[in-house]
Amino acid sequence: MANIFPKWVNAVPVKVIIALVLIKIAVVVGVTYYFSPEYTRVGYAPTQPVAFSHEFHAGTLDIDCRYCHTFVDRSGHSNVPGSNVCMSCHSMVLKNDPKLATVRQSYDSGEPIPWVRVHKAPDYVYFNHSVHVNRGIGCVECHGQVDEMEVVYHAKQLSMGFCLECHRNPEDYIRPVEEVYNLDWQRPTDPEAISEIEGFVHDWGVNPPQSCSGCHR
Amino acid sequence: MRIFLTIYILVIIATVSILGFRGSLTEKEPVEVFNDMDRQAKYKPQAENSFFKNRQNDRLKPSLAVSRGSALDMRAVFDPDFQGVSEARLIELSGKNEDGTFSNDFPFEVDYKLMQDGQKNYNIYCVSCHGVSGDGNGVTKPYGILAASYHDDRLRNVEDGYIYDVIANGKGLMYGLKDRLDMRQRWSIVLYLRALQRSQYTDQNDLSNKEKSELGL
Repeated sequence: MANIFPKWVNAVPVKVIIALVLIKIAVVVGVTYYFSPEYTRVGYAPTQPVAFSHEFHAGTLDIDCRYCHTFVDRSGHSNVPGSNVCMSCHSMVLKNDPKLATVRQSYDSGEPIPWVRVHKAPDYVYFNHSVHVNRGIGCVECHGQVDEMEVVYHAKQLSMGFCLECHRNPEDYIRPVEEVYNLDWQRPTDPEAISEIEGFVHDWGVNPPQSCSGCHR
Repeated sequence: MRIFLTIYILVIIATVSILGFRGSLTEKEPVEVFNDMDRQAKYKPQAENSFFKNRQNDRLKPSLAVSRGSALDMRAVFDPDFQGVSEARLIELSGKNEDGTFSNDFPFEVDYKLMQDGQKNYNIYCVSCHGVSGDGNGVTKPYGILAASYHDDRLRNVEDGYIYDVIANGKGLMYGLKDRLDMRQRWSIVLYLRALQRSQYTDQNDLSNKEKSELGL
């Protein structure tokens, strides 16, 4: 009697297993790499209705963040400035420049400039800006070197793991309150200065919540 | 098997070439992979709201309305002897006396904390145009902004209330800052501005002997 199965069938189960393992590896690696906010959010750089350069205003001119984002240290929400803030200078500087036509139109009509939001925490996260900046967490920790960005992009992943990394080890991220808005500040290297900075966590009673309800209220 | 491996590698190459790498700049809005309640039907600050005609979520206050806490002390209003805004409160609010002239009374207790706040606020909101020492040589001067120097007889002799009024409501080319600074912040800037004036216009008899010897007088 002839064989029911030809000889090559013997290799099929092994080949199928190898194929499945390869597919599984590819899917796991792909999902890990592409489903993470490090891929989905980081690098998001929408074109804004006005080509506002943070690099020039915050970097070259060194205007304080709070000149425009005035309420960041008084409110949970860090505000986008009204066009009157732009016009405080641009009623004199580049006052007829076509690049600023949208700003002038907004100032005259009262219609807001349709800025495109870059950093958007999910609606179930209750992030409060003022409590962070008033306790020594610099703008740069979450927003990156905005003063070097011609066009603002999403620099950090702002995932839950990102938040928790700092909430678990605040002493590695805290800085003197007067350096919060200085995006170029470097952590000192000598041990004495480091221990002084780490002491802020205790001195200011910084106790970042790690429970769910701390942020998901 | 060979066919499978070819397809496998082609699929990986296709995925990577379509999706790219982490952190590359993109105009595409971040994809919310598991968007469980990431965007909820609730009102957030400075957001869009299709219910209103101008699509703004934040409502402007009706004309002539006064927001709570900005004008009248509520406890005073409900006092049986309430007559109207007291003169002291009027000075605090507007820098003016009851007869409309500028007041020279400083409505807050002057202490080091208020001076420090004034320095902080000055260095956020004023320094770009008026300069670190208040001489009108701010960083924006080369771009065509004309800012007053505080170091002339007119501004040295002017009432505190006048300076307060200019900070709040602006003057000439300068826009007012009352939408961004609360009363205490404005008065703190008045205080710091007086200190700046003093720093550039001090009689040597006001200096201690030690300070004089340091300066070689």
